[in-house]
Amino acid sequence: MGDSQYSFSLTTFSPSGKLVQIEHALTAVGSGQTSLGIKAANGVVIATEKKLPSILVDETSVQKIQTLTPNIGVVYSGMGPDFRVLVRKSRKQAQQYYRLYKETIPVTQLVRETAAVMQEFTQSGGVRPFGVSLLIAGYDDNGPQLYQVDPSGSYFSWKASAMGKNVSNAKTFLEKRYTEDMELDDAIHTAILTLKEGYEGQISSNNIEIGVIRSDREFKVLSPAEIKDFLEEVE
Amino acid sequence: MSIFEYNGSAVVAMVGKNCFAIASDRRLGVQLQTIATDFQRVFKIHDKLYIGLSGLATDAQTLYQRLVFRHKLYQLREERDMKPQTFASLVSALLYEKRFGPYFCQPVIAGLGEDNEPFICTMDCIGAKELAKDFVVSGTASESLYGACESMYKPNMEPEELFETISQALLSSVDRDCLSGWGGYVLLVTPTEVQERVLKGRMD
Repeated sequence: MGDSQYSFSLTTFSPSGKLVQIEHALTAVGSGQTSLGIKAANGVVIATEKKLPSILVDETSVQKIQTLTPNIGVVYSGMGPDFRVLVRKSRKQAQQYYRLYKETIPVTQLVRETAAVMQEFTQSGGVRPFGVSLLIAGYDDNGPQLYQVDPSGSYFSWKASAMGKNVSNAKTFLEKRYTEDMELDDAIHTAILTLKEGYEGQISSNNIEIGVIRSDREFKVLSPAEIKDFLEEVE
Repeated sequence: MSIFEYNGSAVVAMVGKNCFAIASDRRLGVQLQTIATDFQRVFKIHDKLYIGLSGLATDAQTLYQRLVFRHKLYQLREERDMKPQTFASLVSALLYEKRFGPYFCQPVIAGLGEDNEPFICTMDCIGAKELAKDFVVSGTASESLYGACESMYKPNMEPEELFETISQALLSSVDRDCLSGWGGYVLLVTPTEVQERVLKGRMD
């Protein structure tokens, strides 16, 4: 990336055809805490590390996995404050859709609209891109779905994906372990094992977060007690 | 004279057994003068969803164009047709947007929903939805239509009987209203086919 001459203005292309600010945003994402998602045959699981800066931080006040609608949840890698802004905007868009159509927003539509917001911030004056990549997990009439949205605004549907610090190891691990007809509980175990692979230190029910949506279409963030049960099954 | 009575109109929709019928009159007038006797008031949104718009004719046409626009964009984005209930919510929202300068129309929406379950509803010109299980009416002939439908309607009618009933209800009601009439147009929709028929009534 020797295009530093062109990295001052977001809305200027560099000669190599890149928007350097977006590359930098992706670097910010790549140095964030690892998060991952797996789509099973009957649901989706998303998970993330929850490493806090000090033992004095009240870990119950930190929630990295958020609900966008009762049947759609989201996790991120990158800058927490940017994530909060996107969650707020997405929730509003989901409610606007409901107000218009009295129908819950399909997962693809919400992903598309969130991605459009992220893209706006790559083509407007005086703003910078969001320093987060999102993993959006939902269950609607088209079944379980998992989408990744990048700072550039591009989005992809995944069977399983990871983002953040340990992305390459995590993805290799997932490629080996993923099967098409995986059940959700297997997927949760695989998610925990994947997080464990790259975790520096001892994994416990207080320093990871897991969100799950099953065919009942209710997105739930697992409590530490529930995570503990899954951890014990994995041991 | 009320703006709703400027052009004259009559629209009715009825639910049958796994089918529905939607009908309208064909007169377009400017107060007492008749301008056209083949005016279309019932429009197709998609194969299983129709909307009839009574009231001011210009608003009916413009509102229809706006709704088709919205539905086509929805079809492209979501890669599916709108459900009748969803469409009714959309119409209601669009009408309320113009709360203090409304469209002078009363829509009648009729469609086949999931599992081909018939759905009908009407709303006032600012979007107050009214769902019904049997029939809905609107237009200058609405009072006569209410009476006629109430007495002639039976639940779970087969398509042929439904067609007869809605035609008789429409023709007898518009005959009591000087501003609507000049024949009728009936659409009968079942899960497999759509039948369109033009009725000849009192041509006045």
